[in-house]
Order: sequence, then C-alpha cells, then structure tokens
Amino acid sequence: MYQPGTDRLFEVEPLSSYLLNELRDIQMSEGYISDEKISSLAHKYDISKVEVEGVVTFYHFLHRKPTGRHVVYLNNSLTSVIKGYERVKESFERETGALMGSVDRTGTFGLFSTPCIGLSDQEPAALIDFYPFINLNAIKVKDIINSIKQGASPADICDYPADNIRYTPISGSVFFSDFKEGLSLENAFRLSPEEIIEELKKSQLAGRGGAFFPTWMKWDATRKQESRLKFIICNADEGEPGTFKDRVLINSQAAMLIEGMIIGGNTAGASYGIIYLRGEYLWLEEKLNTKIQEYYQKGLLGKNIGGKAGFDFDLRIQMGAGAYVCGEETALLESMEGKRGEPRTKWYLPVEKGYLQMPTIINNVETFCAVARIFEQGLESYCEKGIPGSPGTKIISVSGDCSLPGIYEIEWGMTVAELLELCEANNPYFIQVSGPSGECISMKEKYRRISMLDLLARKDIRCGGALTVYNSDRDLIMILSKYAEFFKHESCGICTPCRAGNYLIERKLDKLKNGLASGEDLEDIKSWANIMKASSRCGLGKTAPNSMIMAMEKFADYFYKRLYPTDNQHEGIVAFDMEAAIADYEKYKN
Amino acid sequence: MAKMVNIEIDGLPIQAEEGRNLIQVAKENGFFIPSLCYYENMDPPLGTCRTCTCRINGKPGPACTEKVREGMQVEVNKADLVDMRKSIIEMMFSEGNHFCPSCEKSGNCDLQHIAYELEISHTRFPHLFKDRLIDYNSKRMVMEHNRCIKCRRCVEEVLTDDGKRVFMYMNRGNETFVGIDYEQEAKLSEEQAINAMNICPTGTIIVKGKSFSKPFGQRAFDLSSSQKNYGKKPVKLSRGAVMEKKIVATASLAGCFGCHMSLLDVDTDLLDLIELVEFNKSPLTDIKKFAHRCHIGIIEGGCCNDENIEVLREFREKCDILVSLGECSIWGGLPAMRNTVPLGECLEEAYLNSFSNDAAKSTIPYHEDIPKLLNRVYACSEIVKIDYFIPGCPPSAGHIWKAIKNLLWHEEYSILYSEFKYD
Repeated sequence: MYQPGTDRLFEVEPLSSYLLNELRDIQMSEGYISDEKISSLAHKYDISKVEVEGVVTFYHFLHRKPTGRHVVYLNNSLTSVIKGYERVKESFERETGALMGSVDRTGTFGLFSTPCIGLSDQEPAALIDFYPFINLNAIKVKDIINSIKQGASPADICDYPADNIRYTPISGSVFFSDFKEGLSLENAFRLSPEEIIEELKKSQLAGRGGAFFPTWMKWDATRKQESRLKFIICNADEGEPGTFKDRVLINSQAAMLIEGMIIGGNTAGASYGIIYLRGEYLWLEEKLNTKIQEYYQKGLLGKNIGGKAGFDFDLRIQMGAGAYVCGEETALLESMEGKRGEPRTKWYLPVEKGYLQMPTIINNVETFCAVARIFEQGLESYCEKGIPGSPGTKIISVSGDCSLPGIYEIEWGMTVAELLELCEANNPYFIQVSGPSGECISMKEKYRRISMLDLLARKDIRCGGALTVYNSDRDLIMILSKYAEFFKHESCGICTPCRAGNYLIERKLDKLKNGLASGEDLEDIKSWANIMKASSRCGLGKTAPNSMIMAMEKFADYFYKRLYPTDNQHEGIVAFDMEAAIADYEKYKN
Repeated sequence: MAKMVNIEIDGLPIQAEEGRNLIQVAKENGFFIPSLCYYENMDPPLGTCRTCTCRINGKPGPACTEKVREGMQVEVNKADLVDMRKSIIEMMFSEGNHFCPSCEKSGNCDLQHIAYELEISHTRFPHLFKDRLIDYNSKRMVMEHNRCIKCRRCVEEVLTDDGKRVFMYMNRGNETFVGIDYEQEAKLSEEQAINAMNICPTGTIIVKGKSFSKPFGQRAFDLSSSQKNYGKKPVKLSRGAVMEKKIVATASLAGCFGCHMSLLDVDTDLLDLIELVEFNKSPLTDIKKFAHRCHIGIIEGGCCNDENIEVLREFREKCDILVSLGECSIWGGLPAMRNTVPLGECLEEAYLNSFSNDAAKSTIPYHEDIPKLLNRVYACSEIVKIDYFIPGCPPSAGHIWKAIKNLLWHEEYSILYSEFKYD
C-alpha cells in the first residue's frame, strides 16, 4: 500500500525506478556520487557499475566530483547574458573564490553554470543549494555569499520569485482566477468517460507543451487500451529557455493541476499519477507536495475518491536531475524508470507502451489545468474565449528586451504586436516564439495572430509558451550560436544528425562570427539544418535548427552584411585567417 | 499466419506480412538501404544511426523503425534521399577521428564499407577533430573512442552470463561516449569478447591480440560490393572539350609522397601518358615554377604550414581544374592526427621531451626561413576551392589513371569496388 507523504514509489513500481531519487539524495547530502557509492548502488540495483555511471553522467545536477558544501548554479541563458550574466559571474567567482565550473580551495562553494532555470522574468538568477536567488547584481551576490559564509542557510535568505502575472483576459482568466477546489471533480464524476472525452473534443484542447496534439485523442487511446495498470503523467519539465509558465501555475494553481490529473485517471482508468518536476524547481516541491497531502486528507486522492466507489488514484512527485531532453515525453519516461533520459523511437507510442511499458497519458501542466477548469466552470465559458477553431486562452512567458517581463495569459487570436505593446517592448527586432526550438519572427510579421490554427492557416503562430524579445542592438549571430551551443550540450547524444549536426552548425556560425564566411557557407548551413530536421530521432534534433533556417530567410540582409567582403575575394580562394592560424607557432619566436 | 499487406517501394508493389520491419522487407525485395545500428529481431529497433533514412508516406524517417502497414508508400532511391543518407555517413566521418590507414578494423568495418557503397569520396562537413581518450584499462579490450558512432549495438547486445551490461553510454550531447565496465568485461568468455568486437560496426571495440587474424586486402569488405549494380553506372566527371596535349602540374604538401608513388604505379601506361600530357611544375620533373597555365593541378597532402597555403593558392590560380589526391589532401589524413592536440604540446613532445633528445641542447626550431606551422592541419578544400576528390591512402593507380583520363579527355569509366578505398 502506498503511504502518501512517506513513500516515494508506488507499490506497483519496480525498485529500478528509484535510482534517480537515490542518486539525487546522495548528491544533495554528499555533494557528489563517489566510486564507492557507484559500487554499492550497482550492487543494490543488481546492474553493472557502468550503467549507474551512465545515468549519473547524463544529468547535469549529478556530479562525479565533490561540489562543495554549497552549490551555486548560475543561469547562463541568453536572457541572463542580456541582463548582466558576465558581471554576476565575476562577482560569484570573486566572492566564492571558485572559478566557473569548479570548487573553491576550501571546499565551501562549487560554482557551475546551467541553462535556463525558469526565471527568465527575473534574471540574472541562480540556484544556491537549489534555492532561487533572483535579479542578481554584483553587490547582491557579495551580500548573499557573505551571509552564507557567516552561517546563513540559503533556504532562509533566498528570494521566492514573484509570479509576475502581468495580464489576464478582460473576459475572465482561465488559469488565474479563483479555483473552487473539488468542483471540477464533482462535475466530471457525474459524466461517463465517454462523455468526458466528448467534452474535451468540443473544447479542442490540445497539448500545451507546444506539440498541440489533441488531448481527447491521447486520453481516448489510453482509455481503450486493455491493461490493469495505466499511468497519468504530468510533464512539468519545462526546459525550453524562456519558458516559466509551469512554474507560475504550480506556484499559484497546484490544485487545478492535481484535479486535472485525477480527471485523467478517472477517464482513462488509471490509478496512478506522477508529476515529473524539473530539478530546477526543487524549491516548488514542498508546496506542491503539501497540496497533494491536502487532497489525500480531503479524500480526493487515495481510495474511492470523492466517494466514488472503486476509483482509486494515487499521486506522487518525481524530481528530475537536470536534462533539457527529458521534456521530450519518451525521454521523460526513460528518466522516470531510472535510466538515462534518451528518447525512445516511435515504434510504440506512450499510450500503448509508456511508463514501465504500460499505457500512459503524458500531458503538460497547462493542459491538465485547462481540463480542470473546463470541468469546473463548464465548457461554455471556456469556449467563449479565443477565436473560432482555437478556443480558450494561452499562457505565454515573456522575457528579454521589454519593460514588463512575466506571465501573459492571452486569448488565442491576439497579435504579436498587441502582446509586444502590453509588455512594453520598445525596440523589438528579433522575436523568438516558443524558445530556441520554436520560430523566430521579424517585425514585418508583428500582425500575425497567436493561435492553434497555424497548420491550416499558415499565417498564425503557434506558441508553446515563451516569447523572447531581442532589440535591434543584439547580435543575431551571437543569439543563434548560443542556441546551437545549447542544443549541442543538451542533445541526448545517441543519434548522429542531432549530436554531430548541432556541433557542425556551431562551427559554421563561428566562421560567420569571425567574418570569414561566404555565401556558400550560408547555403551549407541551410542544407545541413534541413538534414537535421529530416533525419533526427526526436523533436530536439528536428526542431533545433528551426530558428536558424527562419532567421536566414527573414533577416537575410543581416547575414549578408556579416559575410567576408566579396571585393577581397579571389576566384576559388577561401577566406582564411592566416594570422590566427600561425599565432600558436609565433609564440616560439625567441 | 500473419495478415499480408500491400505496400509500394519506389513504385514497385510488394506484399509483406503486416507489422514486419520495413528495412527487412525492403532488403528481401532487392532494395539496398544502408544501415549501421540495425540488426534483425531487435525489439524495439535502436534507430540511432539514421543511415537508413527513406521517405515513408511522404515523410522522411528511418526504415528500421517502421512497421509495414497496408498502403504504405516508401521512397528509397530518390536523389535527395540518397544524398541525405550519404550526408549522415559523412557526418560520422567528420565527427569522429577516423584514420582508416592506421585502423585495425579497416576492411572489416561496416562504416567504411557503407561509405564505399555510397561512393563517398570526401565529406561535405569540416572534420571536428575533437580530442578523445583511448581507454586501455581493461585487461583484454581497447576502447578506441575516436571511432565510435554511438550506434548502441554493444550497449544492448553485449551482456554477461548473469545479464549485466558491459557497455553503457556516458555523458550526453557532443560529449557522449560508450564506457566499458572493466569488472563485467573480465567475466566475458573469449568468444563473447570477440563477438563484442565483431558487432561493433567500426573499430571502437578492439580485443587485444585478436584484431589482425585476417590480413588487409582479404577482409570482409575488401573485395566485393553488397550491391549487384555497383559501378555499373558509368562515371563522367566533366564534359565537352577536344583532344589535345594537356599540361599537368602536381604538388606534395603535408603528405608522404605516397600518392605520387602510386601515380608512378600506372606502369606501362606511363608511356602513353608521356605522349598525352606535359608535366609542368611538379616534383616529378623538378620544375619549381609555373611556366604557364595548366589544365589540371593534382595536390597531394593537406596544409600544415604557411608555405603549403601559398603553394596551394598559386595552384588554384594557375590551374583550370584542381584535384585533391589522397586522404591527406582531402581532409588532412595522417598528419591531422595532431589536430586533436594543441600545437604547443606537439612541438614540446617532439623537440623537448622525447627520449632521444638531449634536454639541455634541445630547442623548438624557429627561423624566418622555415615555414611557419599552422595551429592544425587543414584540408585543401578549407583553403581553396577543390573541384574533384580521389580518395585512398594512397589511391590505387588504376583509379587515379581512370579519373584523370576522364577529367582531361572525358573518357567514361566505371568505379571498381576493389579500387575505391580509404586505406
């Protein structure tokens, strides 16, 4: 029997699913995973040592070397760079005495950089012992480190980030208005699973993680699977740089998420739910857990939920350990099973063979919240919002060069221009929608609507949840290189086009940065990016070069200006920086 | 009896059992789809290498992760798909550090074999020259990480008798490599160890003392192609021109002169050659300066110093057609083994720290008359535009002769599988 609050695994889950938890615990208590621990874990889980080590080295919050008594993870995403990453980094290095990527001599502080930690509206931000510290600057860093040196605990002095909900629709908010706890369950339990599916079909709700796969189809497919064991999984691993909507939802509306998952369990015939929370959001775990316990006490989780005989549903949280690719649903499944987070092939779908090879529904936080609201307030009030074919609202995390970064819940159908005005972006030039793997747009397209209609209408923009604004004084090539570098590190590394492709494109961008690229190099980038798109194994590799391809079309002039000047070129001679190439040797000139 | 379904591959109607693996069905029906990570009865298939990318119902994807379904439309041999498959193999060559001439597995290597089958003469991508360690720690095996393509075969397939894995991926992204468990490796029988070496499609897993049982030239992929029609398509590199005496120039940059030697292996055809061409600047004639413009320039070796670059640029300006001859010229070859190590370390090892040097008297040579070493060895195509590539270390005389005749007089020829080699 699963004991909520104490057990960290359901009785139906095998021990192997516990490995990631155990590794995290060791990391937190000892600061690293030693050889001895690897050996003892291999023994305990009856696997080879190399397998344990494979898991450890996959996740960037697990270390094989000591990380010091306090671990600082400073976010190095682009938004952080824009807001002053370099100076904050220097300040951390000076105050802690540790160089980036290492531990200081006394073993007190470990200083590491990490990609987006979901605080793009309050950058530069860092996690110290996984507690958030926001809006950092050199002086603030000095104070923080001094306090810690004097014995303060990061838990006591950290900043709990503001939700920064800047805008909700005038017609009423789907996500952020008061939520009457239990009502959605009451209403949903009155309906049969078929009727629930029918309601969802009418709502046209589609996966809010960014793929926009119709929610009812996923639920219906899982429902129809004959299996004694099914799972409902919430993907709360929002790793797409610039996205922080799930953070705010979990912080402010955890009840909605829980109820959405319970409705999923009721509909699909699943009795277990797991929230996979990204490692960066450890500071949210306690709050979410408290809410879950509350639901157990109210009889809305556990056995015979809400007095509904025979409907049992248990819910637990699984913490991630730092890997962007685990946001890919099948990689997330692998990670939950205590393995490296490598995406699976599409040989089986999660609805057929998902977690532990059992039928599984995986949805984003926002999707489950929307479900709960639909059953709480009724379909009608949900469908009144938005536009025909794309009803409802969407939460967008806005960051970058604007005065009011934060959460914007917009009705589907709002134009980019309106959103830019709301967030007070004064000089926008390059706008990245849905993060690096999404789409970039120029100001020529500012009147495009944000909706789910993209595939049909072609003119609308689908937005997974982030909008990052860049001013005209930002270096576009630098932005794209940073994206390529991000994907190079975050690729799971097992398929060729993604592992090598991101690396190769980064090299080409270096050439462009150094002013040595020719028109042919631009053609190469385009053609290589298309190879990656067509042949990569999962969404990561398929979408990684999107912005690159689009930027080269939409900002063609910008790229041409950065090429090696044609009047310096001789027929057939490739631009080459001889001085740089012999610089190493010149050091030996007496 | 499973249900039979109708599918089409490149327009050919085929009946097959529903749910079977597409790559297998295609193979049985005579379609050559290259693959590296795939092997039979793997459920679910690995789908890691992406070499078998085709177009299935209009969407690109690997054949190995597709189940045959009624009405499936498959495209295999469309020009864009052939090129995409080539590019994926090329990526593997440019990502790893593959020095075929010094590899134990050469001739038995699936990666090399597929590249021959696809007639890859050079990679469109720059070689990345990432520094990788070689793991000699295990008692019996060497893990040559430079050559690994991360196909996952060994991870899935090599298990000890008590079911434990011997190999596992480490790290992620571009730092991914396959780690070996020394303890578990020791438990493998000799037969199991050799099997591990054999299922590796490259020369990554090497069992010490067992890798040279068959001599080069007589190995699995040395002699014949897997495709019935290999080399049947006549090759025509350039077109239109008249028969006249042609002027040729050659140079050896950072190479070993082996390609020039191979050129001399044309043997009695040399007598014809002399009638047909005139050599201008070339070490063969010892003419040091270009007397006039040449029809064709043949470059052996890559660029390791500033003088190489000057010579190469001059060749580009003075020759109509420029050909990279041999591995070093094409991508750096053996001299590029230093590319994963900083120049300073190379020089200090060679001139200061080596055993045969007298430390007190040793110095790293530097003089204005000595060409200046570059930070790494560059492929000729990184310095000038190269028109054609003839692979091999050295390329076989027969192949050089045919390619050059074709370039100069447009004589059609067929590539012989046995002549198209990287080692």
